[in-house]
Amino acid sequence: MNRLTFKLEKRLTPSPVMVFIIPLISVLLALLLGAIFLVLTGEKPLTIYLLMFEDSLGSKYGLTETMVKAIPLMLTSLGVSLAFKMKLWNIGAEGQLYMGAMGAAWLPLTFPTLPVYLMLPGMVVLGMIAGGLWALLTAIPRAIWKVNEIITTLMLNYVAILWVDYLVYGPWRDPKGSNFPITAPFAEAARLPGLGDSRIHAGLFFALALAVILAIVFKYSRWGYSINVIGSSERAARYAGMNIKRNILLVMFLSGAISGLAGMAEVSGIIGKLQHGISPGYGYTAIIVAWLSKLNPLAIIIVSVLFGALQVGGYAVQVEGVPAAVATMLQGSILFFVLGGEVLTNYRVKLFGQKGEELSK
Amino acid sequence: MNQALIQLQGIVKKFPGVLANDHVDLDINPGEIHAILGENGSGKSTLMSVLAGLYKPDGGKILVNGVEQKFRSPRDAIACGIGMVHQHFKLVEPFTVAENITLGEQGSSFLLANKELKASINELGKKYGLEINLNAKVWQLSVGEKQRVEIVRMLYRGSKVLILDEPTAVLTPQEAAELFENLRRMASTGCAVVVITHKLNEVEAIADRVTVLRLGKLAGVLEQGQINAKEMVRLMVGRVVASKYERDSSPVGEVVLELDKVKAFNDMGLPCLREMTLCVRAGEILGLAGVSGNGQREMAEVIAGLRRVESGKVLLNDQDISNLSPRRIIDLGVAYVPEDRLGMGLVPELNALENLILKNYHQPEYSGRWLLKSQAIERNAETLVKQYQVKISSLRQPVRVLSGGNLQKLLLAREISSSPKLMVVIYPARGLDIGATEAVHKLLLELKTRKTAILLISEDLEEIFKLADRVGVVFDGQLTGDFPIEQADLEEVGLLMTGSCSARKDDGR
Amino acid sequence: MNIQEFLIPLLAAAVIAGTPILYAALGELITERAGIINLGVEGIMLVGAVSGFMAAVTTGNPWIGLLASMLAGGAVALIHAFLTITLRANQVVSGLALTIFGTGLSGYLGKAYIGIPVEKPFSPLPLGPLADIPFIGPIFFQQDALVYISYVLVVVIWYYMYHTRPGLNLRALGENPAAMDALGLNVFYLRYLYVVAGGTLGGVGGAYLSLAYAPSWLENMTAGRGWIAVALVIFALWNPWRALMGAYLFGGIDALGFRLQVLGIEMSPFFLKMLPYLFTVLILVFVVARHKGRLSTPGALGLSYDREER
Repeated sequence: MNRLTFKLEKRLTPSPVMVFIIPLISVLLALLLGAIFLVLTGEKPLTIYLLMFEDSLGSKYGLTETMVKAIPLMLTSLGVSLAFKMKLWNIGAEGQLYMGAMGAAWLPLTFPTLPVYLMLPGMVVLGMIAGGLWALLTAIPRAIWKVNEIITTLMLNYVAILWVDYLVYGPWRDPKGSNFPITAPFAEAARLPGLGDSRIHAGLFFALALAVILAIVFKYSRWGYSINVIGSSERAARYAGMNIKRNILLVMFLSGAISGLAGMAEVSGIIGKLQHGISPGYGYTAIIVAWLSKLNPLAIIIVSVLFGALQVGGYAVQVEGVPAAVATMLQGSILFFVLGGEVLTNYRVKLFGQKGEELSK
Repeated sequence: MNQALIQLQGIVKKFPGVLANDHVDLDINPGEIHAILGENGSGKSTLMSVLAGLYKPDGGKILVNGVEQKFRSPRDAIACGIGMVHQHFKLVEPFTVAENITLGEQGSSFLLANKELKASINELGKKYGLEINLNAKVWQLSVGEKQRVEIVRMLYRGSKVLILDEPTAVLTPQEAAELFENLRRMASTGCAVVVITHKLNEVEAIADRVTVLRLGKLAGVLEQGQINAKEMVRLMVGRVVASKYERDSSPVGEVVLELDKVKAFNDMGLPCLREMTLCVRAGEILGLAGVSGNGQREMAEVIAGLRRVESGKVLLNDQDISNLSPRRIIDLGVAYVPEDRLGMGLVPELNALENLILKNYHQPEYSGRWLLKSQAIERNAETLVKQYQVKISSLRQPVRVLSGGNLQKLLLAREISSSPKLMVVIYPARGLDIGATEAVHKLLLELKTRKTAILLISEDLEEIFKLADRVGVVFDGQLTGDFPIEQADLEEVGLLMTGSCSARKDDGR
Repeated sequence: MNIQEFLIPLLAAAVIAGTPILYAALGELITERAGIINLGVEGIMLVGAVSGFMAAVTTGNPWIGLLASMLAGGAVALIHAFLTITLRANQVVSGLALTIFGTGLSGYLGKAYIGIPVEKPFSPLPLGPLADIPFIGPIFFQQDALVYISYVLVVVIWYYMYHTRPGLNLRALGENPAAMDALGLNVFYLRYLYVVAGGTLGGVGGAYLSLAYAPSWLENMTAGRGWIAVALVIFALWNPWRALMGAYLFGGIDALGFRLQVLGIEMSPFFLKMLPYLFTVLILVFVVARHKGRLSTPGALGLSYDREER
């Protein structure tokens, strides 16, 4: 009879090898788990996975669509990562995206004849301010009374989505739209230019630029350093004289603003109007992407593409009768495995044999 | 022949990066008070935690009454009659005393039968002369009372071996004497009492036998009659240690820090500082004695700008700094070494480079308009680590891996290098071994010669008497004593710490 | 319409609307009392709703559906327990992952069941003479079996927590797990137990939606109720009676929304739907601000426990 027990022993310093291997293995394990579910419901996992790959990364069209989905993911993830760096759990990226879309949409709907050099920058500014203010609404109670921001940002997601619904079913509805919950289409000047004639729009540049800026800010800037300290130990930050309240407000505002920009990019670059359901949950997926990327802006870009592919693949398999929700399941599972795997970076597993002697090293 | 109640044979315990117990043997006899003596880091707490079932030994045997036992958890140890009272109390603050005592009781009723419970606890308390109020909520109790609750709890579980970890660390001299009385009474009923300590005078006062540990190994066992300070130190440290420091007797300068009738509230919203008035001069060390919990930490926070001054004033070189922002106060030349080194003074997950610029990163030396100047920061760290002899393998490792002594040195390096006008230190040598303690004390004395005013808050009377020019006593948020070191009397200070003496103030102004 | 004719159906509807939140909140309450925060309640409720629905439709018996929802909720919570207790993962992120996974899983499994009716949902069971008591009768005693069980559950949980030894241990677990460990209690095992128990109740909350409230299955049918339950635990200050009151208060807001038109108040249906969420935010801010951050939060909530941590 062999009685093996294992024990977790904390490592002195995190293992660098594990930091890279874990995300990779997690994706594989998640795919395995997904495969099990597929088999249990009578599907052929290999066929499904191949289809997902082909239609997302294996064709020109698929790649385009993947990038299209990746852009709002990149932006919301960048916004979320900024908040997470300071341990502000901003779950409200979805709502901030919607408010940003709304804020941006106001301009072309109110002044449809503006020239492009006023329209587009104006939409960017309005979108970012709207998203930022929405986040600020939750930041203020957090800063002053330490009200848990997880719940408040989340609740405001629902409110934001309903608010946009109210607008597009009501006062902003296009009278020529046959009663669909959509606004009038935006003028050409309000549309973000695309890459060549593909659907990939200038939002990609926003995302890449922001990623580089954030990377520099986090690693080399004064402000980045103070965010790092506050997120790591609020008590030490206070002791050191840093202004915590001001930073909470600032960081949440910027986080919301970046997600707001994602909203602006979606309605301006892709949809061309404001309507019901402009986001299939980018704000929530952003959380997974940010965590998987360990809050590293450059990694976020790459992981966003992966998740964009997952999303596109998910839509593709609907043809085979598999619900698109399979993509969400896979995303959740990847996060599970990453979380579970993280233990290996911080702890060493020790195996003990029957007599209590140490087996592994 | 009286068999030893407890026998530890060849105990080995490892932690990542350190061998805490290296094949240690130990015998505990019934009815004796046995001291486990060693510096911080000698492995004494670890050894007892193994005995109490908290840690599983990596090697060696535990025998209770001659029978080998394997403890998988404290439950098994408690079942064998071994109970431990820890340095950090394992009490649930919002619960009552009775609830805490009955907490986790094995094999008893499903329902909380209150009356019988309280009766049996009270009976137990009377037997050992330990008075406690069963209905009080634990957070309301004094530290000494909390300790009593812990002891009663273990006795209630039927402990025949009572282990106490640094029990007098938080007691006044009088409370400590009372505790020793109780322990003697317990031993006389046949219990074995084990006291883990690093204080020699305690061992001399109460122990029947002493086991000395050094660097994880057994250094020696002293029987009654062999117990004397010199022998114990020799076993503990392996060398002779200075018992007194060179005193710098140059005259002190102007008043740097002045607290004028300062009132403040603690985290519970209750007053913790009442009309606190004191002053510290340049080049002077004012040592404030007092049991922790009398407002010392809050006073340090008030001075550093981390807590509101409700009324009264804090003056720095005659400038009113009450309720200024912490940053302003830091910029004005106030350094603060808090008791919470690795949660407040240093950021555990950040490395030495980042921690050393915690307070001055925004100054032009270390950053431009937007970006940090990494070369300057690196040079700064290299210089400080060398100058203060901080043992650190890499500047880029998170500082939480450092030992207590090196953490304190790092912290002091940062604070002292800012050339402060005023330095506030709380419990600077707590948890440090003799070598590190010496180093820290020398740093403070050196700072004194540079004419910095030093406010030293400590529970360790020995430390205060070694370092301070003036001694003050803090009790219940007020200064109840203030006199030059030459006129300070240990017993009087101890009495003032308990508040049982009227205030004597002779501040020589 | 007089006040009685308006108020009684409103309050009865409040109870119905509040019951799923109550179950989920009770579950989260005991989880958090043990020191673990589980933000996956929304996902757990959805998984409970879909599995309960699937089982009830397949077997024709809603009680089998209930059982299935309990098993499913518990199983999903077990993942969270494993990640956070054994593997010491970040509790916030793990809970969020759980919600996302649960949402996806329920959507995936439930696809085939959209639009299918339940033969035998949980229908109102008037409790004889109790149901005839004026005013109180129609509100509390003309409800379905799951509502009655929830009443009993609140009492049981209250009594357990405050009048029994294991309940005392539970409360201590969330305050100071180190103390419990030093006293010989198995912190890991107990935490697992309470997390899974909490998930079981969350599953029931979801099942109530698909087997009694609606009754039907729709993707994302919880619409944030799981999150409201989490908020509710905070402003119930981790007390089961306050959770009951809070749940019915929310149910009332929900139910009121539909009835405002009767009162002659014209409001866009979207604003009506916003009410519960806005309300949650406002109450949360109010309660926390009033306590000035000194809430009676379980002391060790959200922290992993590691005995050998040095």
